[in-house]
Amino acid sequence: MQSSAQDAGTPYVLQMFSVSKTFGGVRALDDVSFEVREGEVHCLAGENGCGKSTLIKIVTGVYTPEPSADIKCFGQSIRSMSPKQSRAMGIAVIWQDLALFPHMSVAENIAFDQMVGNLPRFVRVGSRLDQVKSILDRLGVQLDLDAPLNTLPIAQRQIVAIARALMGDARLIFMDEPNASLTQSETDHLLEIVRNLSAQGVAVVFVSHRLAEVLEISSRVTVLRDGKMVGVFPTEGMTQARLTELMTGASLQQTVAARDRSAAKPVLAVENLTRHGEFENISFTIRAGEILGLTGLIGSGRTELAHSLIGMTKPDQGAIYLQGRQIKPQSIRQAIDLGIAYVSEDRLSLGLIQPQSISDNSSISVLKSLLNQIGLLSPDKQGQMVRHWINELSIKIGDPDDAVSTLSGGNQQRVVLAKWLATEPQLLILDSPTVGVDVGARAGIFRIIRHLAENGLAILLISDEVTEVLFNSDRILHMNGGRIVNEYDPRQTSVDALEVQIYA
Amino acid sequence: MPRVLRELGTVEGRLLFVIILMFVGLSLSTDSFLTLANLTSLLNNNAVNLIWAVGLLVVLIAGGIDISFAVAASVVQYLAVYVFGLMGGGNWFLGFVVCGVIGIGLGLINAVLIHGFRVISIVITIATFNAFFGLLMFFSSGRSVYLLPDWWTDRIFIFEHQSASGVWSELNLAVGVMVACVLVTWILIRFTNLGRQLYAFGDNPEAARRAGVNIALMQALAFGWMGMMAGIGGLMQVNIVKEVVPNALYGRELEVLAAVVLGGARLGGGRGSILGCILGVMFVAITQNGLNLLGISPFAFNMIIGAAILIAISSSNLSFDIRPSRRAVLQEAAK
Ligand SMILES: Nc1ncnc2c1ncn2[C@@H]1O[C@H](COP(=O)(O)OP(=O)(O)OP(=O)(O)O)[C@@H](O)[C@H]1O
Ligand SMILES: [Mg+2]
Repeated sequence: MQSSAQDAGTPYVLQMFSVSKTFGGVRALDDVSFEVREGEVHCLAGENGCGKSTLIKIVTGVYTPEPSADIKCFGQSIRSMSPKQSRAMGIAVIWQDLALFPHMSVAENIAFDQMVGNLPRFVRVGSRLDQVKSILDRLGVQLDLDAPLNTLPIAQRQIVAIARALMGDARLIFMDEPNASLTQSETDHLLEIVRNLSAQGVAVVFVSHRLAEVLEISSRVTVLRDGKMVGVFPTEGMTQARLTELMTGASLQQTVAARDRSAAKPVLAVENLTRHGEFENISFTIRAGEILGLTGLIGSGRTELAHSLIGMTKPDQGAIYLQGRQIKPQSIRQAIDLGIAYVSEDRLSLGLIQPQSISDNSSISVLKSLLNQIGLLSPDKQGQMVRHWINELSIKIGDPDDAVSTLSGGNQQRVVLAKWLATEPQLLILDSPTVGVDVGARAGIFRIIRHLAENGLAILLISDEVTEVLFNSDRILHMNGGRIVNEYDPRQTSVDALEVQIYA
Repeated sequence: MPRVLRELGTVEGRLLFVIILMFVGLSLSTDSFLTLANLTSLLNNNAVNLIWAVGLLVVLIAGGIDISFAVAASVVQYLAVYVFGLMGGGNWFLGFVVCGVIGIGLGLINAVLIHGFRVISIVITIATFNAFFGLLMFFSSGRSVYLLPDWWTDRIFIFEHQSASGVWSELNLAVGVMVACVLVTWILIRFTNLGRQLYAFGDNPEAARRAGVNIALMQALAFGWMGMMAGIGGLMQVNIVKEVVPNALYGRELEVLAAVVLGGARLGGGRGSILGCILGVMFVAITQNGLNLLGISPFAFNMIIGAAILIAISSSNLSFDIRPSRRAVLQEAAK
């Protein structure tokens, strides 16, 4: 924890007062003030849709604030900022949606900012390779620099976005959920880099829904709720519980909720499932009403296993039984028809059709059940269903007909959940379902998942967040190197014990 | 993965393979294909198409599309005739300047409409396509122009050769201009910051905007470049056919569009290369030429091009978006 940055003498790099922004009917920011000191790590905390990303977009000139705003950047008063100007002043951003270029190479993505400018100039593709390499070294990762970005899995794309923000000599870096898809060790590298930057006088504004991390890395935290300022607090002496209370206005208690479901009938049984190079000899059973946690590091084969269960890939050996009958799903469509739903890890790009409405996105997988007598889509049925899930998941929206792209990141994820829950499956596979979802909403989502389980749904919960699997599963499987290496009973273990097992 | 392998897996690599097959096949099955006279006339006949194709490539890379360029080239020809008349003649240098500038002007009309009204480019360019053609037919009353300055219609050869049997083979000036247009466009998109910004803008416009890319400038550059190529293509077309006919170029846009898309330029932006563009035009040209030499109905040409586009688009979807990401998953699992 840095306390030096709290010294009142340290100059401000950014000061914003009375910042407001309205989108249609949504008041995204309402009279917010925000100040960052030189070399400070400052967290911006709040629930999904409270306006964190909007604030970042205002500082960087992507959005124009309402005229009341008074912004001072590096001591200079700014009337209206443009993205180029903000970059020139030394502001860099890791965007929540990454904002990368899918068909460009990794190297070009990382070094893209040197290309920006209106005057023609010769550039060599692949110049500054040394700098790119040294940044990746600092992050402790190796990437194929020539590979087109869209051939990379989501976690590596996030690394690319981070590396890009570290190119050039930024004096103020915004990181909007920079580690949502990263492994623990990659996250550790990132946090280390943040500390180094801070020691060199670079200010970092960090947004994350993982509160432990927020408290570990930052010296101050600004809390927003529903677009309004709650306040600025030093992190010394702050606890997760207190921070949650500030963000949500209510206190949440997490407890182990596991129950014994060994008497219920099996819904899914997997026997010796193998896909060479991905996972070996996987056997387990999920019973009706059971929530089975599956944890392990990224790359341990958990996501690949899920892909085989839902027909995206074919296993080489072994069998899958659903309700006692052997199944061999050949496609996702077939898996859905069999009663399996899968909420994927990369849901922002795979799960949603961004320009289409919230309503259409959430009903797309169940269109058949929304037809009226003459076989046309019934707007009444659709509206009813959509309203039901918006309420259940407390999705913060203006109008169900707005495009999904207007929602905050966390709320987009809830729309994906709604889409899958609406298929009323027998088996629900959730791959990291709360990445980027705030604490309040996490509790809400797990309440719903628990409720679904109580109605007999079998649930496979894949996550590398130890607390999440511990508090919400009935049993926990631990995968490593493509094999199941252990099974735990949540009632007989603890967060610390489990963390040691997994990260050791 | 080694670079060579990756190149082979690209659209360009596969198209090159197909073209080599066609080349060998036609050389073996006809006596007239692999002759200097046939190959040079193939180049002469397709020079203008390639000039337009590299212009269109720039627009496609930037995420747009242009339907209006061929008709715009006709408009340039008529306006140029008028301007040269006022000047009392003109010469090649003025020809390039006048046609280039008028072409850029027409392209900028597209850019301003697209950027100003935030309407997608296909809608705007269909509108300007109709507007240009309507105005052209109205003001020209559908009349062709045969009285043209001499410099414009005189044949200029950059290569001549007479075979032992007395057959002449030659390359027109248009081929030289084509080479220049290809080179300059290649330099623009590959080696300048503006070109790289065009790719970025086409790939992810929102990300480009956030990075500070000047969106209005990108639209102006893409459509202005297309317009300039349309104008230059129009100028060279007159040199080849020695007349200005209002509806002579009508319909050529689809042929060129097909060639560029076959060459791997992505509708939707962010992907496309000069090499692919050249190969695409070559593919279309050789197909047409081969059918001719084999004595097959010219209508088969349209079917083949249509089928090739379908195959190109579906196979590129299969192997570009799914296979690499599977590979990435495997790589990650293997770590
Ligand atoms: N372009 C837009 N058009 C309409 N509404 C928008 C737009 N951008 C943001 N909003 C709305 O403004 C509010 C704040 O969104 P913002 O993205 O800033 O939230 P956030 O705090 O970043 O949330 P998360 O943690 O989920 O990322 C949300 O209600 C969102 O729906
Ligand atoms: Mg956000």
